[in-house]
Amino acid sequence: MNPDLLTIAGQDFASRLLLGSAGYPNQQVLLDSVQAADPALVTVAIRRISLASYAESLTDVLAGRVLLPNTAGCTTVRDAVLTAELGREALETNWVKLELIGDTETLYPDAELLLRATEELVAKGFVVLPYCTDDPVVCRKLADAGAAAVMPLGSPIGTGLGIINPYAIERICANSPVPVILDAGIGTASDAARAMELGCAAVLLNTAVAKARDPARMAYAMATAVRAGRAARLAGRIPVRTQAEPSSPQLGLLGS
Amino acid sequence: MTATIRVNGAEQALTAERGLHALLDQHGVRPGRGCAVAVNGTVVPAAQWPARQVAPGDEIEILRIVGGG
Repeated sequence: MNPDLLTIAGQDFASRLLLGSAGYPNQQVLLDSVQAADPALVTVAIRRISLASYAESLTDVLAGRVLLPNTAGCTTVRDAVLTAELGREALETNWVKLELIGDTETLYPDAELLLRATEELVAKGFVVLPYCTDDPVVCRKLADAGAAAVMPLGSPIGTGLGIINPYAIERICANSPVPVILDAGIGTASDAARAMELGCAAVLLNTAVAKARDPARMAYAMATAVRAGRAARLAGRIPVRTQAEPSSPQLGLLGS
Repeated sequence: MTATIRVNGAEQALTAERGLHALLDQHGVRPGRGCAVAVNGTVVPAAQWPARQVAPGDEIEILRIVGGG
């Protein structure tokens, strides 16, 4: 079978799972989870160092993994662009997961600012992967602005509610000129499989693994679910019927 | 009045040693370890740390990679 690679901005990845690195019980569990998931990319954040204490560098802990810096927590275009530039400097990558939060209650992205920041970062030579709302129009505008992929939310960050608008995700996948990565809201393996069945190119998740009772086992479950969902999508599911249809032959029945 | 700078939001006195590199060294920050520095809202690439001087009133941000989603 030909390898079914994920391609973003001309770069190929063997895995269709992107894993976040926040909120694990400890660094060993993070490492075990990353190993079990074997993700295409591991997302990281950039924050002020503590001037009072020394902490082990995450880049040492995750040596050998491809890291994707994010702009998590930014609420202005200026901060998001500066954070992207700091991430580029810290990790020598021009890739960025662009996050621009417009509301502290839902952590919903601000579509207007997201579009402006995408344009600015693309002009500065970044490969921009924006975390966005599950709105086909917003996704199309981001792709038009030069985003290398679009990352619509399944449901709000950290909720584990899964995909609350599968119709919108399916429509985005059907029409997007760039890969669609389902980002945020995944609660368990079936959510990840569902995203892939709806046509997503990949899934990005963090909390569902980091806060599971056994994170490494959940990481394995997610990786397996992403592969299963992708295979099911490519295989082509049967149409849904309202009436039962026997699967065994009707001819040659005993007593017929 | 002593000249001051702000490092990660905290005000500190500007000493006679005005090299950015020395300031970063003081905080254990070395190039190529997932760290980045901005002065007055502009990234200063690691290659420029040795030559860069810190001026009174500078706002210095020292950041590093942490776990993120």
